[in-house]
Order: sequence, then C-alpha cells, then structure tokens
Amino acid sequence: MAHETIDAMNAVVVLDVALPGIVWPWFVTMNMWAKSIGTGVLLLGLYLFKRYSAETRDMKLPITIISFVFLSIFLLFTLADLHQPFRMINIFLHPHWTSPITIGAWIASGLMVALTLMLYALYIKKDEALFDKIFVWAFVLAIPTTLYTAMLMGNSTARELWQTPVEFVQMMLAALLAGSATLLFFNKKFSYELNRDLALVLFVSAVSSFVIYMGEYIFGPGKAEEVAATLAYIQGGSYTGMFWIAMVMAYIIPAVLTYLSIANKTTTMLVLASASALVGLWIAKHVWLMIPQLLPMS
Amino acid sequence: MKLGFLVDLNLCMGCKGCEIACKVENEVPLSSWRLRVKYIDVGTFPDVKRTYTPLRCNHCADAPCERICPVSALHYLDNGIVNVDKERCIGCAGCVMACPYGAIYIDPETNTADKCTYCAHRIASGLMPSCVVACPVEANIFGDLEDNASNISKYIMEHQGNVQVRKPEKGTHPHHFYVGGGEVQLNPLASKRIEGHSLFNNITHLKHVGGH
Repeated sequence: MAHETIDAMNAVVVLDVALPGIVWPWFVTMNMWAKSIGTGVLLLGLYLFKRYSAETRDMKLPITIISFVFLSIFLLFTLADLHQPFRMINIFLHPHWTSPITIGAWIASGLMVALTLMLYALYIKKDEALFDKIFVWAFVLAIPTTLYTAMLMGNSTARELWQTPVEFVQMMLAALLAGSATLLFFNKKFSYELNRDLALVLFVSAVSSFVIYMGEYIFGPGKAEEVAATLAYIQGGSYTGMFWIAMVMAYIIPAVLTYLSIANKTTTMLVLASASALVGLWIAKHVWLMIPQLLPMS
Repeated sequence: MKLGFLVDLNLCMGCKGCEIACKVENEVPLSSWRLRVKYIDVGTFPDVKRTYTPLRCNHCADAPCERICPVSALHYLDNGIVNVDKERCIGCAGCVMACPYGAIYIDPETNTADKCTYCAHRIASGLMPSCVVACPVEANIFGDLEDNASNISKYIMEHQGNVQVRKPEKGTHPHHFYVGGGEVQLNPLASKRIEGHSLFNNITHLKHVGGH
C-alpha cells in the first residue's frame, strides 16, 4: 500500500530528527553467537554421553569448559550492551516476568550455576555420578537459554521480520549447528561413527536454516510491507553482500563439505566445514539483527 | 480515568512550539526528542503541499515497551500514562526495539530510556501537558477518554469517521489519536527519506556521555 502511494504522491520527508540507527549493535550478535556455542555443545553433549559413553568420557571436562567459557562471553556481552550495566542487579531485585529479558537472565544464571557445579563435581570432587545428575539439569536449562532471544525478538513489535515461531526454530538450529561445529574440532579423538553423527547434525541444521532463510527471502515480502522494506536491505540493499557471504559460509559450504565427508567416509574436511559454519553463523546473525533496525518506525 | 491525546492535523501549522515547550519542560538533551513535528512535502512543484505531524509516545493500552521492560522501569500509572522510572532502568534498550512508533530513546546524559510521559508530573499537579499549553491553535487536545464530557471525548464524537491511530494493526491500542491524518502522515513507509536533502542537512546524534 505505502509503496504504491510513494510514487503517486511523491511524499518526501523534508524536516525531521535523525533516525535512532542501530540500537542493538554487534554486542548482541556476539551474545547470540556465543550463546549458540555454549548451549549447542550441551545439547549435543547429552546425546554423545549416552550414545558413545566410553568414547566421550574424556570429553566431559572439555565440553563443560567450552560451555562455561562461551556462556560467560554471552553474559559479558549482554552486560556490556547495557547502558547501565551496574543496574543489572535490578533484574533480580525487581523482576518483571512478562519480559523475555527477565526470563532469559534468570534461566541463563541458573545454567551458569549448574555449569559451575559440574566443574566442581568433575575437577575438584572427581565425582562423575554427581556430574551426570547436574548435566541433565544443564541440558534442560540450555534449551530455554538458547530460545529466549527468539521471544525477545518476537516482542519487538513492528520489526516484523522477527517472528517468534520461526526464530525459535532458527535459534535451536543455530545451537545445533554451532555445537556440532565446535565438537568437530575434536574429530581426531572420535571414532568415525561419532564424527559421522556430528557431521550429520551439522548438515541437517545447515540445510534447514538455509531453507528457512530462503523462505523468508522469497516469500517474506508478501507478508507485510515492513518485511518487504526490511528485506530490501538484503535484496540489492546495503547488506546484500554480507547476507550472501553468511549464507555461503554458514550453510552452503558446511552442507557440501559434511555431505562429501559422509559420502566418502572421511573426516578431513570437517574442520574446514566447522570453521566456515561458525564464522558464517556470526555474520548471518549479525545481518538478521541489523536490517530490521534500519527501518524508520515513525 | 484513562488519559488520552488527540492532535487535529488540520489545525497544526508546524510551528514546533510544542516541541520546544516539551524540551524545556522535561530538560530533554540535545539530539533527543520526546515530541517532534515531522514535515513531509507531498506532490510535485508547483502542486505541492507541506504536512506537519507531531509524533510522541502513544501511551498504548497494551504497550510492548511495558511488557518487554525487564525491571518495570516502564510502568502504567493509574490514569493510563506509561511512565518511566529512570532510576530503575538498566538501559537494555528492549523498549526502544519493542516500540512500533519509535517513541523511546536512550537519554545520552543518563544512559537510560526516556520518552513522553504526557508530562505526568504536571498532570499530578492538575496542570495540562506543556505541549498542550504551548500550542497556539489548540491542535493538541488532552483529557480523560472515560469521561464523556471531556474535550477529547467530545472531539472524538464530533469527528468520528475521521479519527485515526498509528499502526492499529500492531494491536497496541494507542491512547493517542489524530484527526485529518492520511497515509503519508501516519505511515513512515509512505514517504521517502532522502538523507542530506532536508531543511537542516546532516542531522546526527551526539556521542553518548557514557555507555556506547
């Protein structure tokens, strides 16, 4: 509707204030990316510990440390993104439960407590049974931790590109992609079967994510004029190049390399696939975060 | 009591008196605005018309900013005003992202969210919002939407069929109305925004004092 009237009416803004620009900067990209890795290794960790228990016994500590480090990065960037970081405590003193930010902060804090206890159980107490018990709780908490950002984005009314159900799926796929890619860096320690399973997860999550992005890219403009205006930034607009670099690096290259690895029963290309997936995921998240912020809201 | 606002765009002449009164009353920092008047030119020379649209917080009945605020810094007053507690705000900017009207900004001096509060402090003292007082043509009409005898209720009755809100499809139920507004005034996507060709070129933001 608006698109047609622009040409007909030749309406031009001649005096106004500057647009707010980017409100959530690359800090938030970093937040989502690190969270995907931190939760992804936990989500896949449970499967590996159950299915390949003997083989992955040595991986309990590395997986816990990787998750702890990346979730710490996630929390650090979350804090750094606040304009009043020292008031973060207010989320715990004055929680507002309709806010996904509140829910996310509480759940992520619970997950960090669980990870700390897991490190204590493994490294200090050397009690694997205790570790296994806490790990189940960490696994459960990792799911809403990775998903809550989708609720947050969905609550951004008028940023119509972000719809909660689709973002839920994308967040989960990002966690599986990042988790499998990170664990594949340890491929030398694993059997062929275990590497094949991780490669399969990477392949399926990459292809699924790519299909969803392409669905938005092709059919999104028909949903609402805000979506059409937003997608214009990647359909010839200023973020077009970055978007396609992200698609190729995060999804196409990993999908091709993991397919070839599985088909040829080799693991030599998996590290390259993993590195490409992780770098590409950061760029993909960044583009998707930036473009809805470029729209004028008023 | 549910306080609401109505702007008759047929009366507004773009003097920006409301904008200045708001800035002075609320000590709004440079480069930030609680209320602004947007100028849009429509048509092709010599058949051109300039429109003026005052834009401020809509004080929605179902406010996305209130819902997303993790610490209830944005909260409802009993009279329906969506108020800001700047002492509690953590500056996450969730409200800035959630507001479909671009009505919230991060105050560069306090590093907290801020927006129009319908001059809640003046209302509490029985005064009208400063922008209402400043308007020379009484284009701003303010009052209790639940009182049939209030000026705003009567105005809405008199102009029924020509009363609009911005982005009704978002389901926010704004308590801010316009009379005489068209697509160009109410929909930001209905006009071109050519940076560098406005009356004042190169409008930019000041660097924040703190934060990032």
